[in-house]
Amino acid sequence: MKLKLATLALGTALAAGPAMAELVFPSLSYRTGPYAANGIPFADGYADYLTLVNERDGGIGGEKINMIECETGYNTEKGVECYESTKSQGALVYQPLSTGITYQLIPKATADGIPIHSLGYGRTSAKNGKVFSHVFNYPANYWDGASIAVKHLLDENGGDLSSKTIALIYHNSAYGKEPIRTLEELSEKHNFDLTLLPVDHPGQEQKSQWLQIRREKPDYVLMWGWGVMNQVAIQEAANIRYPMDQFIGIWWSGSENDVKPAGKAADGYKALNFHAPGDDFAVYDALEEHVWSAGKGAGAGDQKGTVLYNRGLYAAMLAVEAARKAQEIHGTMQIDASMMRDGLEQLSMTEAKMEELGLKDFGPTFEASCENHGGSGKAAVNQWDAESGTWEVITDYIQSDQEVLDALIEEDSAAYAAENNIEQSCS
Amino acid sequence: MPDQLLFAIEVTLNGLMAGVLYALVALGFVLIFKASGIFNYAQGVMALFAALTLVGIMEGQVPFEHLINVTFGTEIHGFGWEVPALLAILLTMVVMVLFAWAVNWIVLRHLVNQEPIILFMATIGLAYFLEGLGDMMWGSDIKTLDVGLPQGINTWIDETTFNAFGYGFFIDNLDLVATLIAILLVAALVAFSQYTKQGRALRAVADDHQAALSVGISLNFIWVLTWSIAGFVALVAGIMWGAKSGVQFSLSLIALKALPVLMLGGFTSIPGAIVGGLIIGVGEKLFEFLIGPLVGGATENWFAYVLALIFLVFRPQGLFGEKIIERV
Repeated sequence: MKLKLATLALGTALAAGPAMAELVFPSLSYRTGPYAANGIPFADGYADYLTLVNERDGGIGGEKINMIECETGYNTEKGVECYESTKSQGALVYQPLSTGITYQLIPKATADGIPIHSLGYGRTSAKNGKVFSHVFNYPANYWDGASIAVKHLLDENGGDLSSKTIALIYHNSAYGKEPIRTLEELSEKHNFDLTLLPVDHPGQEQKSQWLQIRREKPDYVLMWGWGVMNQVAIQEAANIRYPMDQFIGIWWSGSENDVKPAGKAADGYKALNFHAPGDDFAVYDALEEHVWSAGKGAGAGDQKGTVLYNRGLYAAMLAVEAARKAQEIHGTMQIDASMMRDGLEQLSMTEAKMEELGLKDFGPTFEASCENHGGSGKAAVNQWDAESGTWEVITDYIQSDQEVLDALIEEDSAAYAAENNIEQSCS
Repeated sequence: MPDQLLFAIEVTLNGLMAGVLYALVALGFVLIFKASGIFNYAQGVMALFAALTLVGIMEGQVPFEHLINVTFGTEIHGFGWEVPALLAILLTMVVMVLFAWAVNWIVLRHLVNQEPIILFMATIGLAYFLEGLGDMMWGSDIKTLDVGLPQGINTWIDETTFNAFGYGFFIDNLDLVATLIAILLVAALVAFSQYTKQGRALRAVADDHQAALSVGISLNFIWVLTWSIAGFVALVAGIMWGAKSGVQFSLSLIALKALPVLMLGGFTSIPGAIVGGLIIGVGEKLFEFLIGPLVGGATENWFAYVLALIFLVFRPQGLFGEKIIERV
């Protein structure tokens, strides 16, 4: 009896002992539903990078990472449920992976003091950290994308787009409408005609839009699509024999999933990207050694080197570096969400740091600050080579037109601040 | 001929073709509703599942590959062979017949005499189950479907109309093939229901379940038969839509396009599904062409449902549906 009691007491004491501190990174992923094909590679890349940091480095500053994956199905309500069910577990930063979920979480997460990193999506004017204290959208946003596409076309036309027509085919949603305001401003500045072609969700039927493009023959077509809309648009463009090298998608319309169904007809299609495609990076050797060959890879392991896998990898890397920065700023390894916010706000991605991480030239350099939660606003143009089945990077990272965008961001964020009684400040 | 008129003719022709594709999806709903009074919510997912199975068989994919590898630590990556399209279609059809049998055996026979809403709810569950099963069996990635169907502009029509009117019409070869297949499919369905014993039995069940039972027709057999035919129609729809966009999970959303067609054509009429599809296809395309630019575009889904609602007000049973009068 005494032995039993002693064992029980020891067990209780062990159970009640101090819990091992962890850095909690929730992953709001979607591995099911209509958009699973895009959600899986991102989620795999995100998870694999965090596993690498745990396995190779023993975590961040000796603190292990605990990634909590929650399935959203790319559904806004489920995304909010995921947030609510995980925030109390010590969540340091959320990557909502959906513009709809991001919009819902901005006020909630700000009130809870938990930062959001919406990498290349979400609310564009969140770049203004004086209003959106807990939201970060670096390294580039949708308005940057619109401006970079136009800059690329300016480069191709000797700096003159007057008398040219650019059509925007877009998902008829808040996401798809994001670039319109910017493109309208840029059409005035550069004197080109802009045609808007909305496509109803989900975008399986686009005959009307492509017949219009065939009739009006715009010089260029830009696309803000997602999911099946992308594949159908590229196929329809091929059907009407629209020149693929005059068709440019935003970074959410530029994965292997988008071009492969059209086969060789997709050859030459262009898309913007704020990070590199492919697996020719030193970090891939480390992943092979510490993650995949150890049988610790996420998913089926068939997404390595794809555009969306690399994007997940990139998002995880930025989160890890921000956590490291937060540890440095606050002089403790056990950071909380408010410290993480500081790390995200003072994150500096230099060429040297990228090289050190095995990601040389993987993404643009940038320096975050209170005034700038949006990074450098740079992206490169990639072009699909159907023969080799790879994306070729055909430009350097192009800087967006800050002169136009800064004013738009100031205007939009000021309106949000006024609506929500937020006093613009840098604390 | 004025340009606007030429454009309108081109839009109308393309609307007709789009309507055929909508009708293909609607047909599956009609077949099951007619025979069993069930509104099959899972029809869109059946099209997805059939297309996934077809591509999986063609590419020699091992069903549940990822699950097997994770569970047993194996490294299976396909059978290492490819199956010709025609054989793969036949094998997929076998899978759809087995599916029809399983649905009847596991779900429907336990729900005989239940309220229609219960049967409808059961098909909602079936849709979720089938979507998950498809995911586990064949994976979530987007698959390229190549069964040899031609795609792209029909150059003969383009050149002929250009020579005649100075403007070449765009008609997609895939849409032409879909139209031809839809005509053959409807002709085969009509011939089957008119001239075969099973077809007549199916019509008898559609007219009156109890009367059909009283003359010795097996309800179980008829339901399996109906779900098998609906599975075949789903496969055809899956091939046509999958060839356009690749086979992916959003394929199940094509059911959204069938609802206004059903409301307009009636839930119990095969010709209704065809005519309804054509009216919706032409109507939405012409509306988008003529009115869309004035209201910001993206009117097609809106128009289809508004037109269906108008029909509901004035002709609730649809154009060809049966008028149901119940004693109270």
